[in-house]
Amino acid sequence: MQQNQETALDIRGLRTEFKVGGRWYPAVRDLSLDVAENETLAIVGESGSGKSVTALSILRLLPQAGARIGAGEVLFEGRDLTKLSEREMSSVRGNSIAMIFQEPMTSLNPTMTVGEQIAEAITIHRGASQADAMAEALRLLKEVKIPSADSRLHDYPHQFSGGMRQRVMIAMALACRPKVLLADEPTTALDVTIQAQVLMQLDELKEAYGMSVVFITHNLGVVAQIADRVAVMYAGEVVELATVDALFANPAHPYTVALLRTMPRADRATESLEPIPGSVPPVTAMPEGCAYASRCPLKQPSCEDKRPELLPFDGPGHQVRCPVRLEQTRG
Amino acid sequence: MTAGNGALEVRNLAKHFTIGGGLFGPEKKLVRAVNDVSFTVPKGTSLGLVGESGCGKSTVARSLLRLIEPDAGSVVFDGIDVRAAKGAALRQLRRRMQIVFQDPYSSLNPRRTIQQALEEPLRVHRLGTAREIAEKIETAITEVGLPKQALDRYPHEFSGGQRQRIGIARALVLDPELIVADEPVSALDVSVQAQILRVLERLRDKRGLSFLFVSHDLGVVRHFCERVCVMYLGRIVEQGVTAEVFDRPLHPYTKLLRDSSPVPDPTARLTLTKIMGEVPSAANPPPGCTFHPRCVRAAGPCMTDIPALNEHDRGRQAACYHPETWPGLQAVAAAG
Ligand SMILES: Nc1ncnc2c1ncn2[C@@H]1O[C@H](COP(=O)(O)OP(=O)(O)OP(=O)(O)O)[C@@H](O)[C@H]1O
Ligand SMILES: Nc1ncnc2c1ncn2[C@@H]1O[C@H](COP(=O)(O)OP(=O)(O)OP(=O)(O)O)[C@@H](O)[C@H]1O
Ligand SMILES: [Mg+2]
Ligand SMILES: [Mg+2]
Repeated sequence: MQQNQETALDIRGLRTEFKVGGRWYPAVRDLSLDVAENETLAIVGESGSGKSVTALSILRLLPQAGARIGAGEVLFEGRDLTKLSEREMSSVRGNSIAMIFQEPMTSLNPTMTVGEQIAEAITIHRGASQADAMAEALRLLKEVKIPSADSRLHDYPHQFSGGMRQRVMIAMALACRPKVLLADEPTTALDVTIQAQVLMQLDELKEAYGMSVVFITHNLGVVAQIADRVAVMYAGEVVELATVDALFANPAHPYTVALLRTMPRADRATESLEPIPGSVPPVTAMPEGCAYASRCPLKQPSCEDKRPELLPFDGPGHQVRCPVRLEQTRG
Repeated sequence: MTAGNGALEVRNLAKHFTIGGGLFGPEKKLVRAVNDVSFTVPKGTSLGLVGESGCGKSTVARSLLRLIEPDAGSVVFDGIDVRAAKGAALRQLRRRMQIVFQDPYSSLNPRRTIQQALEEPLRVHRLGTAREIAEKIETAITEVGLPKQALDRYPHEFSGGQRQRIGIARALVLDPELIVADEPVSALDVSVQAQILRVLERLRDKRGLSFLFVSHDLGVVRHFCERVCVMYLGRIVEQGVTAEVFDRPLHPYTKLLRDSSPVPDPTARLTLTKIMGEVPSAANPPPGCTFHPRCVRAAGPCMTDIPALNEHDRGRQAACYHPETWPGLQAVAAAG
């Protein structure tokens, strides 16, 4: 569906490492992903699979010490973000690439009114006058459907509900008309009703601005709701990449299949939930071969020897990192 | 009242809080967190309690165990009046009814091993000799799927899902009959959530435990609970068999909750036609049906009078003047 669009952000061979006990260990391993203009790419995976580290690496917001980008490039508007100076990078942040974090309260300033904060972002990044910036802040609050926006503009963050704060975060992220929006679990803490509103709003705004959205979540229901394409991450790598329809209709990787079986549905009976045995390996104990092998029902002896590659599966743009599955479908 | 059938029976439960009223603070206000809440949990069954943040789910859960004292209503467990219980009788009830919280970390002392954490409730209730205590602890830790070696370790050495298992094990050592679980899986990711639900299911089947299961995830409740109560601003607005309530909701609020729940199917994307506002403040609820400002069906008495929880066919109940209509699902005419 998005094939004809220009690529907005192109991650190639990204490797992000953390220093643990004097040694560097990769938390994101040779990750390649691209997002087109006006496309929503969802990244899904269990806790600890490397979703947040990927987003933080793109914006170079990793901790100062004990973390580094060990390899790869992040191409955006003809430049490699990993090579920019800190000053150049800070003009990219919040300007052309914006991020929404999971916990909105920690990223809002409690001592400034909501209007002042949005206006500040606008004056810093766009050099608008204070009056223009306030007018724009009001427009944005209305755009994210804050009721009685005129008066709420002068309220402080603690006077807003969780859902409203999350929408304020979206308004701030949009203040600079970013080309790319990185949203890290932006709805996980919200009630389903508010989540539904935020998801639909994000989708409308994406269309209106022609933005690219990278949407991080561990909720497959949310993925089905919002994504055009989906990258399933496990132990720091992409194990499956597909359009949203192909992923749900024809999941290829045993991990994707297993994830789909863990989610109980509100709209129909799930006979039995099947938990995935075991857990994601820690970055310090990554196995040699396939990282999922120890939990995998399709495991064969060869799986533990060699790390599998991400290879084309049937259907356009569908890729999977599982030789056993590929063999099954060919044979 | 029924006696000794192992059921939890809650009638007209109410809990109000006062907020503000400090010397220089905002003026004093009454928050009606829980109003006129009634339900029954028969022995060996699970009742779900769903609703948006702030609707009073945790207040109900805590009132049942008198972790907070309710203001009105009755709570009867296995024929015993929980609100009137004192001394030894209350201690006995607190052994039979256990609570599991959402955040397992905050309820575990970081300086005590898991063994010590599990011993504590047994010592408080003076249950058994050292050997019996040791046995109970081993049984409980195995039942939640953790190795015995876990007993010698400290809470920080465990993941969120493992800590939740420890929280459940701690409730189990006392051989409870009823577990009040307040969002026991909400903080966990899907695969760990599935593991914990499995553990709880096994316990329900094996030990015949009853559950009051608080959650805001309709999928989880549909999976785990035979019956469900839907709460809105401190009141139960709908009640019935879970699958029926979610498949054929009577109250427009239940329908809104269901239609907002994302399902893992891109061909079934949400199509909420209208953005349906947010929960009003419990300190300042709207008159009439408190849901009316968000309701597409609101008309006439909805703005002025609180609807009663009326009986419908198939053991359903809904508090709505204009319930959704479904073939074969009518309101039961009031007697007399
Ligand atoms: N500062 C750090 N030092 C060492 N390891 C880290 C650090 N930050 C993250 N990691 C490790 O990197 C891996 C990936 O973490 P990440 O936060 O990206 O997971 P995630 O997929 O976002 O999980 P969640 O769903 O829980 O947010 C984990 O194993 C984590 O422990
Ligand atoms: N100790 C208290 N003092 C004053 N108000 C309180 C107190 N405890 C709860 N409330 C209020 O009572 C109402 C119900 O709160 P409760 O915690 O029971 O909601 P909940 O349904 O459990 O919400 P959540 O899903 O967010 O856990 C809310 O309006 C809350 O602000
Ligand atoms: Mg994360
Ligand atoms: Mg609660």
